[in-house]
Amino acid sequence: MGKTIFRIWRGDKTGGQFREYQAEVSEGMVVLDVVHQIQATQAPDLACRWNCKAGKCGSCSAEINGQPRLMCMTRMDSLPPGPVTLEPMRAFPIIKDLVTDVSWNYRINKLIPPFKPRPPDFPDGTWRLAQEEVDRVQEFRKCIECFLCQNVCHVLRDHQMKEPPEIFGGPRFMIRVAALEMHPLDTVDRLPLLKDVLNIGLCNITKCCTEVCPEEIHITDNGIIPLKERVVDAYYDPLLWLARKVGNLLGLRKNKKIPLPTLQKNPTSEA
Amino acid sequence: MDYPIYEHDVLVIGAGGAGLRAAIEASAMGCRVGLVCKSLLGKAHTVMAEGGIAAALGNVDARDNWEVHFADTMRGGQYLNNWRMAEIHAKEAPERVRELEAWGAVFDRTKDGRILQRHFGGHKYPRLAHVGDRTGLEMIRTLQDHGIHQGIDVHMECTIIRLLKDGDRVVGAFGYYRERGQFVVFHAKAIVLATGGIGKAYKITSNSWEYTGDGHALAYEAGAELVDMEFVQFHPTGMVWPPSVRGILVTEGVRGEGGVLRNALGKRFMFDDIPEAYRNSTADNEEEGFLYVIGEKYQGRDARRPPELLTRDHVARCIVREIREGRGSPHGGVFLELQTFCDWLERRRPGLNKAEYIKKKLPSMYHQFKQLGGIDITKQPMEVGPTVHYIMGGVRVDGDTQMSTVPGLFAAGEVAGGLHGANRLGGNSLSDLLVFGKRAGEYAARFAKEHAAGQLPRDQIEETARWALSFIDHPQGDENPFQVQYDLQETMQNLVGIVRREEDMLRALEALERLRERYRRVRVVGNREYNPGWHTAMDLRNLLIVAEAITRSALERRESRGAQFREDYPNKSEEFGKVNIVVCKGPDGSMRVRREPIPEMPDYLKRVIEQNK
Ligand SMILES: Cc1cc2nc3c(=O)[nH]c(=O)nc-3n(C[C@H](O)[C@H](O)[C@H](O)COP(=O)(O)OP(=O)(O)OC[C@H]3O[C@@H](n4cnc5c(N)ncnc54)[C@H](O)[C@@H]3O)c2cc1C
Ligand code: SF4
Ligand code: SF4
Ligand code: FES
Repeated sequence: MGKTIFRIWRGDKTGGQFREYQAEVSEGMVVLDVVHQIQATQAPDLACRWNCKAGKCGSCSAEINGQPRLMCMTRMDSLPPGPVTLEPMRAFPIIKDLVTDVSWNYRINKLIPPFKPRPPDFPDGTWRLAQEEVDRVQEFRKCIECFLCQNVCHVLRDHQMKEPPEIFGGPRFMIRVAALEMHPLDTVDRLPLLKDVLNIGLCNITKCCTEVCPEEIHITDNGIIPLKERVVDAYYDPLLWLARKVGNLLGLRKNKKIPLPTLQKNPTSEA
Repeated sequence: MDYPIYEHDVLVIGAGGAGLRAAIEASAMGCRVGLVCKSLLGKAHTVMAEGGIAAALGNVDARDNWEVHFADTMRGGQYLNNWRMAEIHAKEAPERVRELEAWGAVFDRTKDGRILQRHFGGHKYPRLAHVGDRTGLEMIRTLQDHGIHQGIDVHMECTIIRLLKDGDRVVGAFGYYRERGQFVVFHAKAIVLATGGIGKAYKITSNSWEYTGDGHALAYEAGAELVDMEFVQFHPTGMVWPPSVRGILVTEGVRGEGGVLRNALGKRFMFDDIPEAYRNSTADNEEEGFLYVIGEKYQGRDARRPPELLTRDHVARCIVREIREGRGSPHGGVFLELQTFCDWLERRRPGLNKAEYIKKKLPSMYHQFKQLGGIDITKQPMEVGPTVHYIMGGVRVDGDTQMSTVPGLFAAGEVAGGLHGANRLGGNSLSDLLVFGKRAGEYAARFAKEHAAGQLPRDQIEETARWALSFIDHPQGDENPFQVQYDLQETMQNLVGIVRREEDMLRALEALERLRERYRRVRVVGNREYNPGWHTAMDLRNLLIVAEAITRSALERRESRGAQFREDYPNKSEEFGKVNIVVCKGPDGSMRVRREPIPEMPDYLKRVIEQNK
């Protein structure tokens, strides 16, 4: 395929610019290979994240010609001819070059109350579940935490709703909650969290998240929309609302009210 | 010394399956736990594991139990295994898997609703609990989401470069944050190493940049012993084309689901060479092998496994033979295809949608080949060849407690040696992580409770900081760290690979000596902030130690067994069947090699092996 020009954003939180590199591209190469080549031969301090090189770990997210993608799964021959631009994800603060500070996501994750199963079905501590019952959550559990969906969601990208009082959990954590809420064994009620902490109401179903998900998870259709319906049913349908209240009062619901968590300050703001 | 100091009872280095499980256990026992990893949380190698976790749950075949699993593991390891570890592993794995389910993991199910198990090479019964072909992701995410609510302090993108000692015992660790390059000190009463493997010592590997043998080297430098380092597992099936994906893993699950290996002539060559020890358990015709895959009987008795599911060392060598003798595929591998099996299955189940069947069974393999290789595995054969995948050898530990020969230093997971002997069975790693991760966490916590904190050694800290900084703008430096790493990989690949000879390995030792010289002249440009060149330079020290340990151990073992094939000693030797090779750092700083006799196995375990012959 010969030589290709790469325009890579170089810099840190104080600023930066695009720099041009010439790369030697051969058959089958992916964008990450080119970055490694440039690193090994021209710019040894070029920062990027990667691990698996096979679309399994979600480390190598970047914007390739403006499209949020995994560098390891983007073949050079799938890109139009001409120079390739490479820049970090824009929704998160820059650390250096292609590396961004995604620690906010880890803090959001911590807000989600952990899985709590119903008592085992059998004395040996096991449960019986049909494959059909778990298919749905298995889809959500395919998530590799590449955070590309977080990166494109306009609520986070353009409106930066990341700190109190206005937080939006983002598509990644909507489906993480979906995976727990739809888990056939789980007993915790996370609807208050969805409504009042992760603010699911801020999602206006643009589906940009679903479009970029490299795992092809139907984030909106299978995750967010059903969750929104559950929230609406629980809080805005008067009958269900009443049932919920009474149920809570009588202690019929398995789950006690959980105190709503609050977002912690970033602990690794360095000593 | 103005570096930040973190105080912990137990410090866990590595956040893969083993490290996370250790941290969870130590923290459940009331310890203050720190967890350090080079990448972001959840990105460790464990995330890439595909095929499954081996545990004798007996869900699919009720005849399975710990005894059969134990015997399979020992046979696979050619009896060099630490038998105590193999026993504990087989006994405790089922409990660890059930525990994972109780923490939210969602495994594939049997028809009656239990955890489904699949066939894998060397396992007598279907034994691998799995989630499609992304079992590792399920496991790491479950542990991660469980662990984050336990008050464990996580230090992400932080690399440890030295273990700190006070007298004989480890008392802490020294490292740097990748982001800004600042140094950091961890003061701990006990340390668990869970740093994974060494794949980056080779050119063709399924392993990531993280696998530079850090834990092996840190332990070695701290005075611990390494065992079985000659046993590097070449997984038989890595991708070979296009060049940039060479080495990426093609899960054994493909063969477990009926995949067939063929040479350029279209011949299914695995039937030609079935080792004596496996003859009784291997099918001798296609029909029987396929019936085994779908779990049905053959002529009224249990079907035996297809030869593609023989142990990894053997399959890898057969593939190398085909390639060497000129019957390889166009890009230097052999073919692996699912069409024969699917056509056969279609004849039994008319109307079967073959493409959908494969996509459902092997979704991420389908994806991987489609996207990276431009190949549709539902219609076309894959090209595959051996790739460095795993190291059986590692830190020598006590089978029960996982403590190394250095007090306070524990090791679990791939970095620990012993469980797998001369060859690991697929699926036995993920179970290893859980079983021994838990034990390492537990005994490290106990150690921390029984011992006061030691004194932090200033001199060791300062010395290491000076060493780390010496690469940056090294005045006499003229070597590129990436180039030195590349040449080291080339050396190991060519001279200490699948087929080994004394003369090659002696040349490798000389080459490593020259590489060590060049490493001292490595110069790093740029500053300390997220600088991969600098990180690679520091990792080189570890790769050099590990490469030397592999080579010296391989030289010492003058026989062929399991993963080690010596062209100059092509047979097994009784003498070497009784010893493990152990290396450690001698008082003069050079590497010492010795033979350590394997302790006598107790009678009840001998009986188990006899009964499962
Ligand atoms: C593609 C692939 C597929 C596999 N499939 C299977 C399978 O199906 N079944 C099976 O049983 N096994 C499988 N294996 C093997 C298995 O996945 C690994 O052996 C296992 O995950 C290793 O786990 P670990 O916890 O020991 O280390 P890892 O998960 O590799 O974690 C190592 C951790 O140590 C950290 N670390 C390393 N060095 C340092 C340092 N200097 N300072 C700080 N932190 C450090 C890393 O950042 C990382 O967090 C597979 C391996 C690969 C590569
Ligand atoms: S559908 Fe909702 S979550 Fe997804 S990108 Fe749009 S607003 Fe964000
Ligand atoms: S949901 Fe998809 S896009 Fe979002 S983090 Fe997970 S894998 Fe990435
Ligand atoms: S490197 Fe793992 S997803 Fe790209």
